[in-house]
Formats: sequence, C-alpha cells, structure tokens
Amino acid sequence: MYNIQGYFEAETVKEAVDLLAANPNLVVIAGGTDVLIKMHHGQIEKAELLSIRKIKSLEGIEKLEDGTVTIGPLTTFTQVANSPVIKENIPVLAEAALSMGGPQIRNVATIGGNICNGATSADSASTLFALDARLKLQSPQGERVVPIQDFYLGPGKVDLKPAELLTGILISPENYQGYAGHYIKFSMRKAMDIATLGVAVLCKLKEGRLFEDVRIGLGVAAPTPIRCPEAEAFARGKDVSRETIAEIGKLAVKATRARTSWRASKEYREHLVEELTQRALKAAVLKAGGGEVA
Amino acid sequence: MGYSIVGESVKRVDAVAKVTGKAKYTGDFLERDMLVGKILRSPHAHAMVKNIDVSKAKALPGVEAVLTYRDVPANKFATAGHPYALDPAHRDKEDRTILTNKARFVGDAVAAVVATDELVAQEALKLIEVEYEVLEPLLTPEAAMREGAPLIHEDCPRNIVSSAGYEIGNIEEAFKESDYIFEEEFETSIVQHCQLENHISIAYVDSDGRIVIITSTQIPHIVRRIVGQALGIPWGRVRVIKPAVGGGFGSKQDVCLEPLAAAMTLAVGGRPVKLELSREECMIDTRTRHAIKYKIKTGVAKDGKLVGMHITAISNTGAYASHGHSILMAGGSKFRILYPMKALKYDAYTVYTNLPVAGAMRGYGSPQITYAVECHLENIARKLNMDPIELRRKNLVQVGYVDPLNGNVVRSCGIRECIDKGKELIKWDEKKARYQNQTGTKRRGVGMACFSYASGTYPAGQEIAGARIVLNQDGSVQLQLGATEIGQGSDTVFAQMTAEILGIPVDMVHVISTQDTDVSPFDTGAYASRQTYITGMAVKKAALEVKEKILDFVFKMTGIPAQALDIKDCNIVYKHSGEAVMPLAEVALRTYYDLCSAHPITSDTSNNARVNAFTFGVTFAEVEVDVCTGKIEVVEIYNVHDSGKIINPQLAEGQVHGGVSMGIGYALMEQMLFDEKTGKPLNNNLLDYKLPTIMDIPEIGVAFVETFEPTGPFGNKSLGEPPVIPVAPAIRNAVLDATGVAFNRIPMNPQRVFEKFKEAGLI
Repeated sequence: MYNIQGYFEAETVKEAVDLLAANPNLVVIAGGTDVLIKMHHGQIEKAELLSIRKIKSLEGIEKLEDGTVTIGPLTTFTQVANSPVIKENIPVLAEAALSMGGPQIRNVATIGGNICNGATSADSASTLFALDARLKLQSPQGERVVPIQDFYLGPGKVDLKPAELLTGILISPENYQGYAGHYIKFSMRKAMDIATLGVAVLCKLKEGRLFEDVRIGLGVAAPTPIRCPEAEAFARGKDVSRETIAEIGKLAVKATRARTSWRASKEYREHLVEELTQRALKAAVLKAGGGEVA
Repeated sequence: MGYSIVGESVKRVDAVAKVTGKAKYTGDFLERDMLVGKILRSPHAHAMVKNIDVSKAKALPGVEAVLTYRDVPANKFATAGHPYALDPAHRDKEDRTILTNKARFVGDAVAAVVATDELVAQEALKLIEVEYEVLEPLLTPEAAMREGAPLIHEDCPRNIVSSAGYEIGNIEEAFKESDYIFEEEFETSIVQHCQLENHISIAYVDSDGRIVIITSTQIPHIVRRIVGQALGIPWGRVRVIKPAVGGGFGSKQDVCLEPLAAAMTLAVGGRPVKLELSREECMIDTRTRHAIKYKIKTGVAKDGKLVGMHITAISNTGAYASHGHSILMAGGSKFRILYPMKALKYDAYTVYTNLPVAGAMRGYGSPQITYAVECHLENIARKLNMDPIELRRKNLVQVGYVDPLNGNVVRSCGIRECIDKGKELIKWDEKKARYQNQTGTKRRGVGMACFSYASGTYPAGQEIAGARIVLNQDGSVQLQLGATEIGQGSDTVFAQMTAEILGIPVDMVHVISTQDTDVSPFDTGAYASRQTYITGMAVKKAALEVKEKILDFVFKMTGIPAQALDIKDCNIVYKHSGEAVMPLAEVALRTYYDLCSAHPITSDTSNNARVNAFTFGVTFAEVEVDVCTGKIEVVEIYNVHDSGKIINPQLAEGQVHGGVSMGIGYALMEQMLFDEKTGKPLNNNLLDYKLPTIMDIPEIGVAFVETFEPTGPFGNKSLGEPPVIPVAPAIRNAVLDATGVAFNRIPMNPQRVFEKFKEAGLI
C-alpha cells in the first residue's frame, strides 16, 4: 500500500511544467519503477505524484534529417532495445537497454526516468555518456539543452531546475556515425540486477588498424557515470594492439573514484575497470572491422 | 513391483487451480471488517527497552490497539516445528515471548499496532516512542562465547545454547592408527529461504469464542499447540487453517507470526486481523540458515581408508534458539552413515548471537556439514594423489550397516550406481583429461560430491501421520490428510497412492488440500523430507482398510470370498482372472442405501512409524571460471538420486531442479550481510540479496537410481530436501579442478574469488 496524497495527470508538456511550477512538491512519475520503490522504502513519503504518461510528444525514437537521433524520455527500455533506428544506428544503446532489469521492468521503465533518477548505476547512462548525448529540458521559462555529463551532479542528484522536465535525448551524428560500440554490464546476476560496473566503449578506427577515437563511459566507477579523458586522449592515433589496449585499461582507472562498500572493494572495482574496459574495447574493435586482439 | 499409477508422471492435482489463480492462499481470505497488524522493530541489535510511550500512537485515528510486552502474555515458548515432547528434557528451548522488552537483533519485535489499514498502522509505528539502553552487540559466535560477554539470554552461560555432541569409537586411538592426518577449516554463510509467498497470518475469534488462525504454514497442528502455549490457553481453543501455501523451505516449519496474530485479535475484541510481512521483514524476522564453522581432523590409512574423523562445529543460531541445536545434531547424524569409519567424534556448539534467528531450512544442517566433509575429502584425495571418486568409493557404506548410535539400518543403497551414472552423464574421464594444465582466462573443471540423508526424523523425533478416506456413492473417495502440500506435490503423490490401492483413477481421489486442525487427521507436517515416506505409510494403511471393507461388502453381497477379489479400473474383479464381478460404483452405492446392510465405508487411520530410511545421491558439476573477473559459471550440472521408488517422476524432477538451483545460489551468490559493528542488515531485499534468477541456472540434468526401500510404503524414500545438499561442494570441487584454488568458504562470489585468486597469484 502506498501513501499517495495526490495524483495529477498532464497531457502536454506545458500542462506538466505549469503543474510543477504551481506545486513544487510534485514528484514526476512515468514508469514508476524507481518512484514506487522509493515510496516502498520510505525514501519518498506522502507523495503527490504527477504522471506524464499521457504526454504523447515525449514518446518514441526518431532520426532527424541532419542525422540526429532523438529519444523521447517516455520511451521504455523495451522500445529502445527493439527500435529499428537504434538497432541500425546505435546498436550499443540497444545492448545497454536490454541489460536492464527483466522483461517486465523493461516494458514499463523509461529511459528518461533512468536518467533523471541520477543513479551512477543507470544502465543507459554510461552509453549515453560515451555518445555525448544532450538533454533537452523544458520549464515554463523556456527550453535549454545540456550535455548529459553536466546533468549528473552527484548520487541521485541531477540538474533539474524547479518545474523543469526532461523532454528529449539527442544524439548527434558525429557521435555515432562511424563508431562501433560495446557495453558490458558486470553484475552478480544475469538479470534483475544492478551493475557492479557498467562499461560502454565506442571506437572509430582508421584503416582498421589505428584508433581514430575511443570513448569510454563508466557506471558505478564514481558517484556519477563518468568518461575517461586520459585513456581516451592516449588512445587517439595509436595502433590497435594488445599493448595499446592494456594501457587504455590502466589509464581508465585514473578517471574513477571507486570506493569500498559491502558490495565490492575499491581494489576489485578498479581491477574490473581495467579488465572490462579492455574487453569492451576489444569487442568494439571487432565490430568496427578491426581484427581480433588476443 | 507392478504398479500402474505409482511411478507415473500424473498431472498435479492442484495444477489447474494454481495456474488459473483459483487456488486460495492466506492473502486471498478477505474477512469482513479486517484490520491490519504491523510490528515495531528494534533498530538495535542488543538493547533493553527502558520505556515505551504508546500514547501518541493510540491517539491516531484508525488505530484500534497498540501492544507492547506489557499487554501480551509473558509465557516463554519455543517456536520450532517439532512434535511435542512429553519429556521436558527433550523439548526445544523456550526462550521467546510474543513481544519483548529486550531486543536481541535488529528487527526484534518490541511493539505492535492494529489499525484500520496498512498506512495508518505504518504511521502509528512512527508515533511509538521507545527509549533503549543499548548493549554490546554480539555478532559472531566467537564474540558471544568469550569470557565476560553479556548474556543474550540469562540462562545460557557464554551464550551457548547447547554443546551436546557424540563420540563413536575412540578417536585418539584411530588417529594413532592412521598413516596420515589432515586438518582443515570450513565455513558457510547465512542464507535465507526466499520462498515465493511471504509469511502471513489472519486471526479472529469465532462465535464460540475460539481463536481461528488462517496461516501460511507447513505445520498446522504444531501451530495450534504453540499458540496455546504462548497464550497460556487450552490447545483446543485454537483452530488453525492452512490453505494453499506458496513455499516454505523450512521457514514455515516454525511459528513466526501466529501467536502475535492471535494476541492482536484478542486485543481488538476478536475482529479479524491480518499480519503480513513484507519481503524485507521476512528476510530478517522469520528464519535463516545457520552459518556454521567446521574444524575437521581426519586420520587416513595409506590405501585411502578413512580411520577416524574429529569434527568441531560452531553454529550461529542468532537471537533465539528456534530449531537451534537440532540443526547441528541432525546434520551430524545424517552425514555419518555415508562413510562409516572406526571412530567419529563430533563436538557441536550452538551459540546465540545478536543476528536474525536461524532455524529449519531445506537440508536442516546437512548442506553445511556435507559441504565441509565433501570439500575436505576432495582436498585429502589431492594430497594423497588419489582419484577423488576412488577415495570415496573405498569408504562407502554397504547395505546392512547399522548406525551405532541411533540403530537406523541401511536397507537400500544405490550410491555406487549414482556415482557411475553421474560420471557417465558429465563425461567425467574425458573432461578430467581435457582440463589438465589450462592457462587461459577462462578455465574449466569438473567436480562432484556425495551425500546421505534420512527420511523423517526417527528416532530423534516422533513420526506420526494420519489419513482419512471416505468412499463416496460413485466409487470416488475423499482423502484427508494432516500432511501439508506447500508446493512440493505431496497431495498428488498421496492421490496416486490411494488410487493405486483402490483401483480407481487419480481424478476419483479428491484430496482435501486445506488442513484444518478441527477436522484434519493429526500429522506433524511438511519437514524432514518425511511426508511421502511417513505419511505415505498412513495413506497406504487407510486405503488398504477401505479396500478390505469394500471387498468384505462384496462378499456379503455375492458370497465370493474377499481374498479372491481385487479392484481394477473401477471394477470388482476376480484376482486370478481379472474377470469383472460388478462395478465399484454399484458396491459404493449399496454401502449407503442398501436397506439391510448399508454402512458407508471410511477409514480414519494413524500410523506411528518407528523406522527410518537412508537416501543417497551425488552432484556432478562442470564450471567455467573467468580468472580475471572472479566469475564462476556452472555450465553443466547433474544430480543423481537414490530415493528408492520414484512415485511421480515429473514432480520428483521438479524437486531436484529447485534444490539444485538453491544449491547453486548457496555455492556462488547468496549470503545475508550485516554491518560488522551494529548488526544492521545490509541486504534484506531481493535486489541486494543475490538469489539467482532462471538466467543464472544452467539446464539441470536429473537421474534416479531406483532402489527398493523395504520400509517405504511403495519402496520409496525421501527426496524433498536432498537435491540441495551436495551441490555447493561439487561446484567448489569443480572450481578447485579448474584453477587449483581451494575455497573453504562459501559463497564463492566474485569479490571473494578475486581476493583468493590474487592471493594465489592467478591475477
């Protein structure tokens, strides 16, 4: 039984942000797979909920004429995983979406909710970080677009201003065209689990033997999802070799701020970052048409 | 044996009701004006309640009652689901009260609220003001046993519940005779049953002033007695109803909620009260599996014959005894039959700590000791450069062996055939050879482990069972039992047994699945893998009695002597030729309406079984170890069981599937974690507690070696718990085979494997 004190439904973005402006206590609910759990555990008490499920404009995936892929925040993980646009253009995001929860959860959980929840473990986040995704945010005052890396402020904390709603996730063509990617969700279970570490790697090769660009997004390696600038800078222009990849793995650890908890030790987490970054990169190289790196 | 229905995979009698949602579970009973009960739990692992102020909670609209230890009877009672012992010395430890003024673990029930709905009850809990005097939390047996540690229960010095053990032969002499001595330590973790249906009870007072409790339990008759004891009222004033149950695995072989539910209804003038735990509550305040530490010293002769073994076991039973020392004693007696040796010394300590209460869980102490002993034997075999299977073979029990302490006899034993079958299924020799000298990131290995177990508890416990059969006018029957269907399929196998004897199809046996202590025959319930064996005896006896009465009736009608007759396919037939005499339905109709000789046929039978049967089996497992991440994956696994005659192969296979996946979780993933300083639970939910999903479990291979157990009603022996027992050591031995690293502690989760591999230089 949930202690729901009020329940509002918006049918347009404008209606939603106006309601939010009028009542700052409203908690936005979409799929509910995070909000209801927080209520169950008492992290949200006596909630007044604003459902955005009826806002049709927030659903769906599109490829614009300029090649930008836009994902509506209400798009469920199942829809992301099955979307022809995503599968064709950014298959790594479909892989990440498919690693989340189980089928029932994926059928209701939304990608926008996954981002706005602010968890470092969000299964979509490390890939969206690697893709340099941008987020479109709407408030009664207007619209702004921010890089996803600036949106995450801390554990469970995102840069949503009062009365602001996430209305779109944008991925520009220069961030996915020519790239191949691979996502590894390292978790204790193969389904229904939270990542111990999420590693999303994108790479673009030159002549199949040089790294033109490498991007590494990590989840659960720091209080928010992160990128690995030092490792990425090192990779640019290097030949695709076991040694290069080993070094990239080592350098990736430098970006992390892992800590010891009862879930895993810092030492183990760092070891996993080094190991799994290499594995993800090797898999991405293969997909990018490079050879197998033993 | 020429059975026609026993031994067939007939459809579960409750299949349609369960898959269509028509089966009624406790939560489906919607009593009129039902109130909701909630429990206030201690935030401290060890603390005295100095003061409780409930005035604000009581004043909250919608609150009907607030209870503290002052408002409920102070009778001390034991919660373990055992038969009552007339001899006070053999009773379980009576260390509980319905509510406590001394919190002994985080989550201990210090107060309770009854309110109009869950939200009001929840709100009221927050308004109860409790002042605690916090005591030192004792979170390990070592801390609890140390000199001068505070006492968790006043009457147990050094917090030891019991230290009773045994010695067979003379251990010191055995060690002197041995060529080699091996000493090792092993450790298991605290895990939880995680059955699908959480604990739930509904209680009310009926129009005769009796307390009625509808409850999700494995042991309705025992619940009646314990509620009577807890409340200090005559046991007959309590009526317990057990509807469909969504699993228990031992957590419901214990009385967790019912006394409090009864106290709650009494506090609100008998109105119905529902007391239902959330998963988070269920994981800390029902029961867990005991974590046990073993020290084993073993003497072995040159040829691999075990000469003597000295086991010291220290069991963490948590805040209240529950099944307590019985777990150590049961484990310590059921394993020893497998490898008889000259001397065996068992020192056993069950220790209170300020952690959740450990109780019965599938295997009842055997998964722990089997893990320790089967890992130990594997290590010994390696040190002796012997094939681990050969080492075991050299020491296996023979038919005719009599347990020197309890007198139980091995009358059937297929362990050798189980081993042969398992070796063949997994292609042992081929893989053993193939997996030598691996160096890559992913390494494979094979391992195995054996077990022995019992069928019921005799002679440690009484083994009584009841069955009642009523013949209807159409030749069908009602079968009533005190034994409980909790998902394992017992109703179906009892229907098969009845149908077999009475010569009718299974769908003419109407099993009354609900137990009601007012009307159901007496039976202690579902535990110790006892029902098919023990209750089966009562069912067989009742069915034979009904058959005898039917044939006698036919004799009176026809003059054909009963011994010349049989019942086949719903007809009375001549035994020698099979020629039909008359339809069973005609006889049945006459038993009701014949003007002269009408006498409806029933049997109301009880059977006090003073016998036990040993059951055996093996797990063979193949693993793939990711050396660089510490992840272990079971790629193939086979369980082969000697459970005597299999009554229903499909249901039996289902039992094995469940047990094996539970064993895989035990080996690789599951453990309850607590803050090392405060004892606060860290992962009492199904996200953080890593119960495996179906994706984590490989195809499970199942095979049976069907011996015939002469004491079993149909040649059968136990199967409910056994499948879980040998799984963890087999997986561990496979990991050892793959990597050369010996894990003497479970679970082998990636963090722990990483640490161990680093230590071993593999990473």
